[in-house]
Amino acid sequence: MGILEVKGVNKRFGGLQALGDVNLSVAEHTVHAIIGPNGAGKSTLLNVLVGKLIPDSGSVMFDGKSVLGRKPHEINQMGISRVFQTPEIFADLTVLENVMIPCFARRDGAFRMHAFESVAREGDILGQAETMLADVNMLDKAHAHAGSLSRGDKRRLEMAMCLVQEPKLLLLDEPTAGMARADTNNTIDLLKEIKDKRPITMCIIEHDMHVVFSLAERITVLAQGTPLIEDTPDNIKGHPKVREAYLGEAQV
Amino acid sequence: MLGLGKKDFTLFLAVAAITLLAPFILNPFPTGSGLAQFNAGYPDLMQRFVIYGIFAIGFNILFGLTGYLSFGHAAFLGLGSYSAVWMFKLLSMNVIPALILSVIVAGLFALVIGYISLRRSGIYFSILTLAFAQMAYALAYSVLTPLTNGETGLQLTLDDPRVLDGGGRPTSLPVTELFGMEMRDTASLGLGAWDFTFGVGFYFCAVVMLISFYLAIRIFRSPFGMMLRAVKSNQQRMNYTGLNTRPYTLAAFVISGMYAGLAGGLLACMDPLAGAERMQWTASGEVVLMTILGGAGTLIGPILGAGMIKYFENIFSKINDAVLHQWFAALPDGLEDFLVTIIHPFIGKGWHLTLGLMFMAVVIFLPGGLVEGGQRVGRLFRRRDRKAGGAEAQAAEQRRTPAE
Repeated sequence: MGILEVKGVNKRFGGLQALGDVNLSVAEHTVHAIIGPNGAGKSTLLNVLVGKLIPDSGSVMFDGKSVLGRKPHEINQMGISRVFQTPEIFADLTVLENVMIPCFARRDGAFRMHAFESVAREGDILGQAETMLADVNMLDKAHAHAGSLSRGDKRRLEMAMCLVQEPKLLLLDEPTAGMARADTNNTIDLLKEIKDKRPITMCIIEHDMHVVFSLAERITVLAQGTPLIEDTPDNIKGHPKVREAYLGEAQV
Repeated sequence: MLGLGKKDFTLFLAVAAITLLAPFILNPFPTGSGLAQFNAGYPDLMQRFVIYGIFAIGFNILFGLTGYLSFGHAAFLGLGSYSAVWMFKLLSMNVIPALILSVIVAGLFALVIGYISLRRSGIYFSILTLAFAQMAYALAYSVLTPLTNGETGLQLTLDDPRVLDGGGRPTSLPVTELFGMEMRDTASLGLGAWDFTFGVGFYFCAVVMLISFYLAIRIFRSPFGMMLRAVKSNQQRMNYTGLNTRPYTLAAFVISGMYAGLAGGLLACMDPLAGAERMQWTASGEVVLMTILGGAGTLIGPILGAGMIKYFENIFSKINDAVLHQWFAALPDGLEDFLVTIIHPFIGKGWHLTLGLMFMAVVIFLPGGLVEGGQRVGRLFRRRDRKAGGAEAQAAEQRRTPAE
């Protein structure tokens, strides 16, 4: 039994079958990559997992509980964090505040009316946030405006915001899209570090095969909304079905 | 101190000092001098400064922090006034119960209106709040005449029951008071050529404003305040961080509605009558102007903006052509007439024009409002100091910056 179990999920947009009978099982404490050509349904699947889309049929179980029909913030509170394709951070706040907010969310839940407490006195939360920033080597930028960070730093910050919640499952939506090679390699190193440091399950949606083969322990290939094959990276490499799906466009 | 950081506490003390010394500070010109008409240190106007300051402080909690632009906050102001006057009519002339009811009624209405309006954001939210406020205005103006006394406005009458004050039918209208202190009481002090007036009403409003300001600082510096700024910055990230944005925005809406109710109640305490025009959209627009002019999202900005607008409204509108002729009397006749003709549209009834130009200038050149203007001037001075003091001052500046 995996921590995330997707069974028979279908999603149709008008005449387009975006997801057709998708089954997926992500085992705990592994890095699972979902790859596939453009339009394969990767993003649709991700949006189903985080509660943004509700599938027409099928079930999605996380940690023994169904996520279907729950709102994004409820799903996050269950232990799923998400990293976006373009980093979603609080650009108007400082880096430290960006990391404190998920700390509050974890401690106080989806809403708490703490209007007369002082942020400056939240020693625990400050400590957690600073430790996390030190972990991603950003402590020196703690008081910088998050909006003024470089793209690579924004990505690191977003990761830090997700990780500080200690999620059971971290979903990454093309974390290196549009990045220069150097930044991509930095992100790979960061993710490897995260994986080594704490018990976490990651599910990565990615185009870049370099990233996938550097990180993943299991790979699911999605084509036209249906899982084609699921196996270890070594077996996926050079698999004729995968070559066919990509029409030889990728060097797999 | 008082649970505030050092910087905030200093700011609070400065505001408290300026507010409490306002009768002196706003009366810089000797009575009878040509410039005396620029004096704003009389209780009636100063009361309005602080009351609208409260209104703007509350509005800023919603607009400045969450970015939700309500265009219907005057509804809560009006509700506060009506509630207070009803309290004077039914219960007692003491202002405390009146203010309590104002805040509660405004809070309840804000809960309902906010719950519905906050289903949308951006311009749709603004339109929804505007629609609610205009409905409230229309109801107060005509439909609910038994409650609001329609276009005449709700007033005290000789045969109001006033359960607590009781005893004998009064021969003249009673006045609002706080445990015996009449709100309209004033004391005067003559110092040389200057006359200073101190009103009980003004000082009562000033204390209420300082309490409101203190609470607003606490909210700004609380985790709740941080969440509200996060709402403004990125709602998507909020949701995917496990936070439900709706109750946060609703709480901010209700709090700012209660501030507006308090301000409306105070207006009625100073002058116990309530009219529907207090709920009109122009009044809602005015508080938006105040907040933006002063600096949305800053602590002190809304108070500055409120003071500025009320000053213009009351002082600039009083300057007329005769006054202008007096000023330019020393100039040759042709030039004098020319200057008066040029300035004429901007004064008296044209004060809106001056205000409008000023508002445009602020929005274009100082998007952060008057507060940003002040900061820029401050920075300019610091830079000059640094040039003078050379490398040493520069190093000190660098040390200071990360701590801020």
